Amino acid sequence: MGRAKLPRKSTNIDMTAMCDVAFLLLSFFILATKFKPPEALSVVTPSSVSTKVAPEKNVVLITIDKDGKVYLSVSDANMPEKKAMIEEINTSKNIGLSEQEKNNFVRIPNAYIGAPFSQLKSYLDRTPEQLMKVVKPGIPAVDSTNNEMVDWFKAAADAFTGKKMDIVVKGDDASKYPALQGVIIALKKNDLMKFQVVTSPIPAPVGSELYNLQQKTGTKSSEQQ
Amino acid sequence: MDTSGGGGHKKGPGVKKGKKLSTRVDLTPMVDLGFLLITFFIFTTTMSQPTAMRLYLPKDVKNPDEQNKVKNSAVITLMLAKQDKIYYYEGDDPSKLQQTDFKKVRDIVVDKKKRTDPKDFVVILKPSVDATYKNTVNILDEMTIDGVKRYAMVDISPVEYNFIKLTEVANGIK
Repeated sequence: MGRAKLPRKSTNIDMTAMCDVAFLLLSFFILATKFKPPEALSVVTPSSVSTKVAPEKNVVLITIDKDGKVYLSVSDANMPEKKAMIEEINTSKNIGLSEQEKNNFVRIPNAYIGAPFSQLKSYLDRTPEQLMKVVKPGIPAVDSTNNEMVDWFKAAADAFTGKKMDIVVKGDDASKYPALQGVIIALKKNDLMKFQVVTSPIPAPVGSELYNLQQKTGTKSSEQQ
Repeated sequence: MDTSGGGGHKKGPGVKKGKKLSTRVDLTPMVDLGFLLITFFIFTTTMSQPTAMRLYLPKDVKNPDEQNKVKNSAVITLMLAKQDKIYYYEGDDPSKLQQTDFKKVRDIVVDKKKRTDPKDFVVILKPSVDATYKNTVNILDEMTIDGVKRYAMVDISPVEYNFIKLTEVANGIK
């Protein structure tokens, strides 16, 4: 028995440290996470060097999907304005919505208006679950003789009188320019000269003028105006 | 690490001693669970918040006398067309249009900017009906990147659109 015996080492490791790290990371992600609200419309936004965070309150959101259909929604925090908008449209366009149908628009979070005035009554007649599934025709905006966005913007501007209103356009990469053009025309007709475009952030390209400016001033701001 | 708890040496008869249990717990399942949850949160989390690009629209001026006048030599017009192509010309002659794309447009704009008096320099953007929303936003963003102070988004004229069409046919773009 001249063989040297190696001491048998345990294969168990102390897990405490690893456990600590795991839970530290876990708590970070729990706190940092912000669940995406279930979106009825999936839109891939283009990227820009803008660093301003998109507003969330007092927002009139215009969504343009990949087929160029236009939808309108109002941020959930603004129920009175929503109510005022639908009332005004109801009266001016003689749609004859019932209380229930109006409430459907006001109460449902992320309620998208995605139908022309002629179909608005049957559109709002549905429950939220049904609305999710149904194929939405979109608000007519491309045709210059029948741009219903003009009326919607008018109603929105009236409803938000005395308050700051942010018009936010969220368009899909693949949608064509005429849809955006229709929205811009409708905005101009209502003298709403300011709007914002939702984008996903990218850094300024290295070597460009903006990049140099940011390096010089040490700010990340890309707002020049 | 021994987690099987106590165990040990034989004591003499009659000596009764409570088993010494180890206070160590096997943490492996806990770590497993921890990492499982981490993976879940990593996948569901949305780190980058969407940003917003501000745009200001000009007022439509009916009276030609009130319209802004620009020097022909200081103007470059970028027209957006199919397949992410950009057609551009300097001055007011659309027949001299040249083709470029989004990768090269920066050099063209910067080059024109260098050659022009800064207070006259104007970029005119004309998205055609074939341009996508992405093209439009990207070119507006390009203006910010290149530090162009004056630019305008204008509807394309039929003459210009015709020239684009002809060029596209010549280049075999459907």
